Amino acid sequence: MSAAAIGEPLTRVDGRAKVTGAAKYAAEFEVPHAAHAVMVTSTVASGRITRMDTTAAERSPGVVTIMTPANAPRLPNNGRAAVNPPAGRVLQLLQDAEVHYNNQPIAVVVAETLNQALLAAALIDVRYQSTPPKLDFQAGFPAAHVGKNKIPSMLSEGDVAQGFAAAEVTVEQIYTTPKQNHNPMEPHGTIASWDGELLTLHDATQYIFGVKQTVAKTLGIPEDNVRVLCPYTGGGFGSKGSTWSHVVLAAMAAKVAKRPVKLVLERPQMFGPVGGRPETYQHIVLGAKRDGTLTAIRHDCYSHVSTVEDFVEPSSSQTRMLYAAPVITTSQKLVSLNVGTPTFQRAPGEATGTFALEIAMDELAVALNMDPVALRLKNYAEADPTSHKPFSSKHLRECYEQGAGRFGWSKRNPAPRSHREGNLLIGYGMATATYPANRSESQAAVRFEPNGRVTVLSGTQDLGTGTYTIMAQVAAAKLGLPITLVDAKLGDTRQPQGPVSGGSQTAASVTPAVQAAAEQAVLKLVTLEISNPGSPFYGALPEELDFKEGKLLRRSAPASGIPFTEIVGRNGGAAVEAKASAKPSQDVEEYSQHSWGAVFAEVAVDESLGMPHVRRLTAVYDVGTLLNEKTGKSQLIGGLVWAQSLALEEETHIDPTTGRPVNNNLAEYHMPVNLDIGALDVSALGTPDKNFEPLGGRGIGEIGITGASAAIANAIYHATGKRFRDAPITPDKLLA
Amino acid sequence: MTGTKKGCDHGQCGSCTVIAGGRRINSCLSLALVHQGDTVTTIEGLAHGDQLHPVQTAFLEHDGYQCGYCTPGQIMSAVALLDEVRKGQPSQVTPELRKAGPVELTPDEIKERMSGNLCRCGAYPGIVAAVQQAYGQTQS
Repeated sequence: MSAAAIGEPLTRVDGRAKVTGAAKYAAEFEVPHAAHAVMVTSTVASGRITRMDTTAAERSPGVVTIMTPANAPRLPNNGRAAVNPPAGRVLQLLQDAEVHYNNQPIAVVVAETLNQALLAAALIDVRYQSTPPKLDFQAGFPAAHVGKNKIPSMLSEGDVAQGFAAAEVTVEQIYTTPKQNHNPMEPHGTIASWDGELLTLHDATQYIFGVKQTVAKTLGIPEDNVRVLCPYTGGGFGSKGSTWSHVVLAAMAAKVAKRPVKLVLERPQMFGPVGGRPETYQHIVLGAKRDGTLTAIRHDCYSHVSTVEDFVEPSSSQTRMLYAAPVITTSQKLVSLNVGTPTFQRAPGEATGTFALEIAMDELAVALNMDPVALRLKNYAEADPTSHKPFSSKHLRECYEQGAGRFGWSKRNPAPRSHREGNLLIGYGMATATYPANRSESQAAVRFEPNGRVTVLSGTQDLGTGTYTIMAQVAAAKLGLPITLVDAKLGDTRQPQGPVSGGSQTAASVTPAVQAAAEQAVLKLVTLEISNPGSPFYGALPEELDFKEGKLLRRSAPASGIPFTEIVGRNGGAAVEAKASAKPSQDVEEYSQHSWGAVFAEVAVDESLGMPHVRRLTAVYDVGTLLNEKTGKSQLIGGLVWAQSLALEEETHIDPTTGRPVNNNLAEYHMPVNLDIGALDVSALGTPDKNFEPLGGRGIGEIGITGASAAIANAIYHATGKRFRDAPITPDKLLA
Repeated sequence: MTGTKKGCDHGQCGSCTVIAGGRRINSCLSLALVHQGDTVTTIEGLAHGDQLHPVQTAFLEHDGYQCGYCTPGQIMSAVALLDEVRKGQPSQVTPELRKAGPVELTPDEIKERMSGNLCRCGAYPGIVAAVQQAYGQTQS
């Protein structure tokens, strides 16, 4: 088998484990003597618990222990870890009787079996002194506050009054997106076991090192006492990037029960205690000259937060860099509600922000009687319009061109309601996609094994993103080996530290560390050989040697190669391992770093039933180098499915009186099924961005959800002649 | 065995799909005693040693999964689906209900018949391609 190459569409190295059921997710590990825990959650949204009667529950069969605010272990600093998000959040750890949202954890029941724990949990009688909850988002606008975020809450570029005064055409509208919940197929779950002072957690997470740090700090124990394991994450999409209450509660319960405890959330408990996407209300004003030149953009956003912690859904992010307007003014304000704390959900900010901005751009194109692609090209930003930095790499023009060509955009009659097939109104719409390129420090190790295999390790995560595969692929490509000789290991805090799998940064953070570790491991082989009198390379200079196809050789005599197993043998048979770290160079500060894409949608709307169907999506992305074409495209496809879901299906309904998530299950929380998805034509330009990271790859996990939801909404406008600005665009709205 | 997954516990997501008595079922809604005497096949029972079932191989080749959590259920559904169309069992999208013999396995037939299995990662196009390939391979 030939050496692996970057970009090659190799099959996932963990694929066999996944298709045979051998892949083990956090809650599936068999920990001897583990008891089963269930979380009891509040049924009011605001107030305090006045009485919790556990008498009947305690007498229930199999009950090991019941942890309530009255008897839960007291934690240092009242359970506040002082760890920044994403890892650390403000948790509900039974330290007081306050209730901040409906479905908040208020007790934990531990029993011999899951059914016994569920039965006992149902027998707990809770009384509350309820206070009227704050649940009306828009009523909170006058008292809205500004939250902390890495980007400033207000940003203004240019003379705002002048910019809008110069406009000949103005579009001003309100766009909204609803509350959503991540709902990965694998519910959050933790198995906690104590061995003396040492705590082991099997946790479903996107950030093992974040869990380690947060749990240690919350419990007040040394970080070295905590080990976190997560070889497979059954989807996360942001919800598993933070350490939520149940993780710490499992550790506390295991301590009290004096035995391992397994705590898995029930599906309805995935609505509130583990975050979600906040509702957004976005006011956009676009001012332009008759020729389409933007003179000013205003994008003012409200999103909601909980009463315990702020989280900014930065929907105005892309407005600050996408189009070259001389005036750009944006703001982000927050409304506190009695709901679970919102969090990062796939492309936080850009997912909701592009829905609004890219519909507004379509409305401007209509107002100007201009082609939507031409309008975007007219305002193409050659440099970041608010930071004024050059882009690290930008080939968005090619995305528009190729996308329009593949889709057949030129055949579109721009008039709304101009395409009809019987009862079906057919529409075509487009939008721009964009997401920042993120990267942070990561470590990795590469090990030459005595059996002729190579192991590559990093304490990162694979949420289905393909991390295992690209780690093995990049190591194999670097060492000139087939991928079949490389084993990738991740998901253990005993491995070299990796960052959170969030912000589409894992590939760009971990693979440079893998490459560096491979280089260091080869250097170790070289060092061993040149100082070993038994070696044919004894006394050689390091630069005289090279490593190819698993062999160390003299550059001057390529046939001199000896397999690394021989070197490992000379080294006493112990594996030769090197660890390395990689972080973004200082140069990256000179660039504005983003990925780009153009999305085109064809939608059919049944005029009688109001049913929209996305027949096809064509998307062309500039995401730098795709490290693996197969897994990379799957990420982009998954993002498009999410975009369709945002546009047409997804919404968490909160009861306006009780604050209870109403559709807290997978039947009533609508998300696409197989038949909902039409033909997806996804491609990537593959132009490397070497200003960003050595292999030139930017992240791909999130850009797919951006823009495409607006392309669908714009296609619905084109089909029906009716403009929809509130997601999701459901049949009731289409028929209204 | 942990191959069969729990995603919702309410028969809504399909992650727990197994084949019992020759039919695919949501095992979370089924009592073991109802299947007294039945043969129950889970994801662990599909491969013969190292030899994967054609549906498993097709999922690998077409990347019909991402996180893998819904995958055992998807694969068990796909295996049962191939049997259902061969037996001529119609679905909601089958155009001609009175026609005897096997149902033609169009992409829409696959999509409809796989719509009881949610995939939050959105691997649906790969799943359809995988079922098409497996159908072709197991036809003869």
